[in-house]
Amino acid sequence: MNSLRVQHLLPAILVLLLATTVTYLSFIREPASAFLFPRLVAVVMLSLAVWNFIRAARGLARVGNGISLDTLLKILPGLLVMVVYLFWAAKYFGFYLASFVAFFILFTLYDPASHKALRSWMVRLIVTLCFMLVIFCLFNLLLQVQTPRGIFL
Amino acid sequence: MEFLQYFGGVFEPLSFALLVFGTVGGLILGATPGLSPTMAVALLIPFTFQLQPTQGLILLGAAYTATVAGGAVSAILLKIPGAPANIATAIDGHKMAQAGHGTRALHVSFLASGVGGVIGVLLLIFLTPVLAKWALAFGPSHLFWMAILGVTIIGSLDSKSFVKGLLSGCLGFWLSMIGYDDIQGAQRFIFHDSLTGGVNVIAALIGIFAIPQVIEMFANGRQSAVVKAVTVQKQSLIDSVKLLFQNIRALSIGTVIGSVVGLIPGVGGQIAGLVAYDQSRKFSKTGHKFGTGHPEGVIAAESANNAMVGPSLVPLLTLSIPGSPTAAVLLGGLLIHGIFPGSDLFENHPQVAWTFINSMLIGQLLMVIFGIWIASYAARVAQVPSSIMAACVLVLALFGSYSVQQSMGDVYIMATLGIAMYFLEKFGFSAAPLVLGLILGPIAESNFVQGSMIANAVSSPSHYFLTGSLNLLLIALVIASVAYSFIMTRREAKAIKRSTPTASDDAVTS
Repeated sequence: MNSLRVQHLLPAILVLLLATTVTYLSFIREPASAFLFPRLVAVVMLSLAVWNFIRAARGLARVGNGISLDTLLKILPGLLVMVVYLFWAAKYFGFYLASFVAFFILFTLYDPASHKALRSWMVRLIVTLCFMLVIFCLFNLLLQVQTPRGIFL
Repeated sequence: MEFLQYFGGVFEPLSFALLVFGTVGGLILGATPGLSPTMAVALLIPFTFQLQPTQGLILLGAAYTATVAGGAVSAILLKIPGAPANIATAIDGHKMAQAGHGTRALHVSFLASGVGGVIGVLLLIFLTPVLAKWALAFGPSHLFWMAILGVTIIGSLDSKSFVKGLLSGCLGFWLSMIGYDDIQGAQRFIFHDSLTGGVNVIAALIGIFAIPQVIEMFANGRQSAVVKAVTVQKQSLIDSVKLLFQNIRALSIGTVIGSVVGLIPGVGGQIAGLVAYDQSRKFSKTGHKFGTGHPEGVIAAESANNAMVGPSLVPLLTLSIPGSPTAAVLLGGLLIHGIFPGSDLFENHPQVAWTFINSMLIGQLLMVIFGIWIASYAARVAQVPSSIMAACVLVLALFGSYSVQQSMGDVYIMATLGIAMYFLEKFGFSAAPLVLGLILGPIAESNFVQGSMIANAVSSPSHYFLTGSLNLLLIALVIASVAYSFIMTRREAKAIKRSTPTASDDAVTS
């Protein structure tokens, strides 16, 4: 069994598990009339998920290239920053400070410019400051969105 | 000619300013590779909350029109289509630019987009009221089947795998059911506190369309080489206009194909551009020149992808069935302002409907003017490194999704759906049917419940939902859309098997 077949099998199993859970919950929860439509959808979803799983198990699920190790390694740092930023830092440190830090880290991580040259660090800092200034003007001053301040801003 | 009464609304200062802003911003966003029209419109929705529904829709409509056309700039100057709709434009457009006719290519591209776009919007103007009146005859069972049809058509036609397309549609339906049941107040599928209020459509749209693009930009790594744009010299606009009308055949083919494709739900601009390019080549006396920098190729592709924009809104505004993924996002924008497409829109909110449609007509003209004016500058924006773009989109996604209801729950939903969608897309699941399921889910459910109540009072549910000529027609269309996709998938799989007798599991198409 090659890696792409295994890769296709993983989402197929996850979707099957989700469909099974949805179907199970739809049929055991009350009042039944509130779950009439969910039951209908769940049965169709489960049938399709089973079909999809069988195709993946037989190696017939071929749509999609999957993810190579190289791609995974490239996205992993950015993904980690994204997860920490969206799920924790934004609320804990406040939107503006967290966004400033996340923007700067992501820009630095994926910037092709040298990490040794002082000039490139200055450019990153200035670009980040300018962008955050625009965001602040747009959301705080113009749209007046009250964002979580966290422990800072 | 009801639409003529509402032209004044477009020229109100704020409305017109938004139209210009949406057009210019859309052209710049469209010229930026990696920022699709769908994502641009999704990110703009939060900015419309503070606006009147009409003004919000004007902004979204202008952005939709201009991003599709703006994608031609990077396609011509960088050979990177700004959006999938501009793939065909890059073939001849970039060759023209390399041969020193970059400005001419940009001119004919925007002029053709304008002609195609205006005809597309005229179709929208004249077809929509007729279909909206026809939609008045629809009862709950018909609306239920229409919602199902919307998901099955996009699920089967927009996806490479119809099983995964339909499964995506079901996932969207399920997401729409999370939260409290509208009628009985029962809790459904609330696994986390953030889900108590259900899945907010706008937050979900931002996540599903923006976050996968951000991660895709991460996947480029630390790209050292920024693609250099072809430099352009000044060229006469009048000569470009003459060139456009010398190629009237390509312009006509592109416009007709784009308009027809737009009317078919689920078939996007990418298909319109490619089909028009192909047909134009077949009907051209100089077909052998296609691919070598022939203006006909640019004209056919661009007139088609913009002619698609107006008609793609016909099924959306009359039957709640979006003709393209971007139209699905626009539907979300309508619903968030409490406006429901269909006869209600034209009966109770004619000012909103007609001012929006008229603005799209004026927007096409503005798109030509600003497109020609700023095209060469927009190419510079297209060269912004993906590291900056990814960070910008991520921050905008956070602020945009939060500002919908000022709730961190929406941010978590946006992030979870976005990250999940990136991985699902890598395995052949599609965003469009999922989004449509999410948007059409409540419409399908409410009509299913209403229909069931009526059915229990007068007959049986099976009789109510499965009989009657319109019900049977819609059921036949649902079955036909699934069967067509099934047959096409089987045929493609057989063709691949025949061409590669030892096809391994690594084959990426089926």
